[in-house]
Amino acid sequence: MQVFVEAVFTAFTLLVQGSPELWNVIYVTFQVAVASTLAGVALGAPMGFMMGATRFRGRRTMIALTNTGMAVPPVVIGLVVMMFLSRRGPLGFLGLLYSVDAMSIAQTLISTPIIAGLTAAAVSSVPFKLRLQARSLGASRLQEALLALKEARLGVLAAVAAGFGAVVRGVGAVMMVGGNIEGQTRVLTTAIVQEARKGDFGLALALGLILMLITFTMNGFLTWYQHSNERFERG
Amino acid sequence: MGETMDITNGKGLALRAEGVCKHYGKRVVVDVDRVEIAAGETLALLGPSGAGKTTLLAILGLLEKPDAGQVYLDGKPVSVRDRAARRQMAAAFQSPYLFKGTVADNVAYGLKLRKVPAGLRREAVSEALERVDLAGWESRSALTLSGGEAQRVALARALVLKPRVLLLDEPLSSLDPLIKGRLTQDFARIIREESMTTIYVTHDQNEAMAVGDTMVILRDGRAVAQGHVDDVMGLPPDEWTAYFLGSEPPLEGTVVTSKEGLVGVDVGGLVVHVTGESEMGARVRIGVRPEDVVLFEGDVAIPRSTARNQFAGAVATVERWGVMYHVVLDIEGVRIASRVSLASVREMGLEPGIPVQVVFKASAVRMRQIGLA
Repeated sequence: MQVFVEAVFTAFTLLVQGSPELWNVIYVTFQVAVASTLAGVALGAPMGFMMGATRFRGRRTMIALTNTGMAVPPVVIGLVVMMFLSRRGPLGFLGLLYSVDAMSIAQTLISTPIIAGLTAAAVSSVPFKLRLQARSLGASRLQEALLALKEARLGVLAAVAAGFGAVVRGVGAVMMVGGNIEGQTRVLTTAIVQEARKGDFGLALALGLILMLITFTMNGFLTWYQHSNERFERG
Repeated sequence: MGETMDITNGKGLALRAEGVCKHYGKRVVVDVDRVEIAAGETLALLGPSGAGKTTLLAILGLLEKPDAGQVYLDGKPVSVRDRAARRQMAAAFQSPYLFKGTVADNVAYGLKLRKVPAGLRREAVSEALERVDLAGWESRSALTLSGGEAQRVALARALVLKPRVLLLDEPLSSLDPLIKGRLTQDFARIIREESMTTIYVTHDQNEAMAVGDTMVILRDGRAVAQGHVDDVMGLPPDEWTAYFLGSEPPLEGTVVTSKEGLVGVDVGGLVVHVTGESEMGARVRIGVRPEDVVLFEGDVAIPRSTARNQFAGAVATVERWGVMYHVVLDIEGVRIASRVSLASVREMGLEPGIPVQVVFKASAVRMRQIGLA
């Protein structure tokens, strides 16, 4: 039990004092998470709308691929991105391996299918006739799609939160393509692995607490938003 | 439809569709040769659920692309892609499908899409809400309204656009009878006052009669009857349509007398008098609405009246249809239906086999020629 007591003590000391390295790790974590979530929304939301609200040839295949994508282990995604970006790989000339950009690319591949799949589910619950209604009032295809996303906004928001959650807590892919370089590509999760391996449980736990704080804040915000929406809908 | 009728009253056609077809997979949902709506008139699209009414409405309203066929607005071919044409129409559906937000947000939706400036928008919204008796409801949340209120907002949302063609898809069918009765009258009045060209989808014949000038009856995607509401209701073209409209199938007979605007039609030995003109020997189809058929007990003296048709017959069947009874009568093998109140059924002791006298006016009978002798 001694190890826990010491670790918690260290963790709090570190959190209160802070340190340049700690701030840098948090900064990089956010940088990657925000970039890959935004990219995931840009790619995944339109895909999700298409799958959830339109009919086209190959839609079932796309849904199957998305569902598979949601379940692919991050390490595998990391491996594939690594092979693409490695010096002998097809994109090796970009020299991106072991950079924040490389991590963002890998994490985007993780967040996109999650956001797409959950957006599709949310949008498909918007009645077709509601879109027909918008169309009949003069909406273009794009305006109709935006209305459907707005109607399904709680589900879409949950999709975005799930995407953010997946990239902020992921470790496999960022470890592979980022390399956990101190001061450059070290993020909270890889730092925890590193510190734990060194036996520095206090620091590892402090990092873990910060990670949990981020996800708690995220979920707290989402719950609050859902709640205030329900209140509004009930009048 | 064999017959073509002028339904325009000289006002010109607003909307016309020719040969429109729509399949979902292998199932034919709509397959209609021709539908037309005169400017300023209301077309009631009537039919049982699943008959393709909504799909036909969506095709006419340029909301869905037909697999085949063409829609014309003011004589010009138009399609789903034709945004300018589409923006001359607006719809309200069975469920009001209000968007999340306030009542004003909802009513203003179409205006916003048309980039109407905020000031004008506010003015138009409050005017439209006044139109549907919801003045001052702008800032309420749209999702907290009752069914009738929501339906009014949905109507205001369409009316505010002042569309050339208004599409209404069973706008009242989800409401309780009390509100429905009132809103039917309100909607009929508003449609009349705005003199918009309107397509009104319903499965309720009373609603269709209240709002419609002309009507199309759909069955399994096909138009089985179309024309002026009174004509279609008075003389359904076939057995299925007749039963659907709550009357007996039309009778076929031969014109045996014709003078001074009164025609005698021999229907299996029974001569029925009809107001109208016809050649002697012509084959005709005749029908009379059950509401126009009056019954008397078999042995009473019938008061003098202008009713030309008075026959002795017997009750064949008695069925309760809502508040009224649907009584089918057998007059020497000819079947005619009558609509009778509960009090009359009790008083006259109506039940199968009871002898009755059947009375209806010659002017209540509709006639259509189907061939020459």
